[in-house]
Amino acid sequence: MAAFFQQVVSGLASGGIYGALALAIVLIHRATGVINFAQGEMAMFSTYIAWTLTTNHGFSYWPAFAVTLLVSFLGGVGIHRAVIRPVERGPQIRVVIITIGLLLLLNGLAFWIWSGEVRAVPSPFPAGTIDIGGVAISWSDIGTIAVCLTSVLVLSAFFRFTKVGLAMRAAAVNPSEARLVGVRVSSMLGLGWGLAAMLGAIAGMLTAPNVFLDPNMMQAVLIYAFAAALLGGIDSPIGAVVGGLILGVGLNLLGTYVDFVGSDLKLPAALLVILGVLLLRPAGLFGKTVVKKV
Amino acid sequence: MTALLELRNVEARYGPVQALRGISVEVPEGTIVAVLGANGAGKTTTLRAVSGTVRRAGEITFAGKPLRGGPEAVAKAGIAHVPEGRGTFTELSVTENLRLGAYTRRDPSVKADIERMAGYFPWILDRGDQRAGTLSGGEQQMLALARALMGRPRLLMLDEPSLGLAPLIVREIFRIVRELNEKDGLTVLVVEQDARIALDSAATAYVLEVGTVALSGSSAELKGDEAVRRSYLGY
Ligand SMILES: Nc1ncnc2c1ncn2[C@@H]1O[C@H](COP(=O)(O)OP(=O)(O)OP(=O)(O)O)[C@@H](O)[C@H]1O
Ligand SMILES: [Mg+2]
Repeated sequence: MAAFFQQVVSGLASGGIYGALALAIVLIHRATGVINFAQGEMAMFSTYIAWTLTTNHGFSYWPAFAVTLLVSFLGGVGIHRAVIRPVERGPQIRVVIITIGLLLLLNGLAFWIWSGEVRAVPSPFPAGTIDIGGVAISWSDIGTIAVCLTSVLVLSAFFRFTKVGLAMRAAAVNPSEARLVGVRVSSMLGLGWGLAAMLGAIAGMLTAPNVFLDPNMMQAVLIYAFAAALLGGIDSPIGAVVGGLILGVGLNLLGTYVDFVGSDLKLPAALLVILGVLLLRPAGLFGKTVVKKV
Repeated sequence: MTALLELRNVEARYGPVQALRGISVEVPEGTIVAVLGANGAGKTTTLRAVSGTVRRAGEITFAGKPLRGGPEAVAKAGIAHVPEGRGTFTELSVTENLRLGAYTRRDPSVKADIERMAGYFPWILDRGDQRAGTLSGGEQQMLALARALMGRPRLLMLDEPSLGLAPLIVREIFRIVRELNEKDGLTVLVVEQDARIALDSAATAYVLEVGTVALSGSSAELKGDEAVRRSYLGY
């Protein structure tokens, strides 16, 4: 039983990461109706920035974390301004193609700047475990869950209580009406890209210690995040987080208790989830809108 | 009396369709002006030309300055536009709709203004958390009006506030608009199909016909002229 709970907790930790990246995807999809395929590579790029700050510039972990969030935010806003905004008004397929181009560009750029060499990234959390009611839970799982939870809470408070957060929601649900009350919709979309990039950075920095840092690090995580976002309902922020947690726990238990799945078949299992949701319940668990566009 | 809003020879088109063919309208400060006309005459387009939600040509001045830019800039200049068909954010709550109405304002008295709105529409306090989309049609129209007022506009533009509403509610909405006009000196440009109720509130009116001003004058003149009433106002 203890082993079971251990697996649940570590599932929640990876699920929190999927949820954070899924939330980034949902934020952009809600506002623009397109899926940002570059979300994973943006996260990877942010993670490299954090790694560079700690290894080459003498930053300790958390200051590097904070600086990376800021740089990622500005990067997200910048990407929107430079390549998304010019095509925003046209057919959505153009935006989708641009995000795919961005994926390739960021991936190539990372290989070019940092080489494909695989690098170990230290965890910011203490090693070892803590005993909670007979279950040994690792500090790194607790830390990961705490960081994800905090980010989600801060973000939802931002959307609920601040004027800008409210304006961003208004711009997402009804852009023409939002303009009538004076909201600059395009700036709000830019902010959305900035926040999504920040969430991705968090997901990336939490992922790196568990795997290794390399330019393809986030590709599997992106698939999990897609699955989580679809599971929750592609336009539901809560759904994305809950979807991430369900997926994280589910896949972890599946990998542990179903012999033939192991850790190799987790990715196909996530793809099955994507397929299953699209076929059986396209609106996801919390969603209202059905996925109809890419 | 100086004009707060002035349209001179304004044209507007939707692709190949020319909806306004050079109209001139004057809205004196502190008055209520009505725009009347049949379906498709260009009433909605007139308001949209002012708020910058349609491509326009000609001259529009507001408070003595040329009015330029898109709807964001127009809202900021102090013009609130309640569009045709209950413009609310249906997915957001009543309170959130009201907060958005005050978006262009920098002062901190938003809370106090929500209470001021509750003076006109007492139900909004109890229903603060209700999603606007689940309100009744009349309530949504009132919310749209309240939201527009939250911005403390100098000019309020209403597009067919009577659309689909019970006569009692329509009268109530026009009563509130008149009260705001008399008490606070709010300037109002209102588009209406229902000429009778609009003329009862407005000081002057313009009657549009296929994108041009067919006639204009004081409400009393228009109401008093049997021929005008029959051929243009339909009552
Ligand atoms: N989005 C649009 N695209 C093309 N044509 C449009 C569009 N909106 C309005 N029109 C046309 O412009 C003309 C004026 O329309 P407008 O909406 O201003 O009329 P209206 O006087 O408000 O009518 P109603 O009383 O039916 O609301 C009409 O001929 C209409 O068909
Ligand atoms: Mg109309």
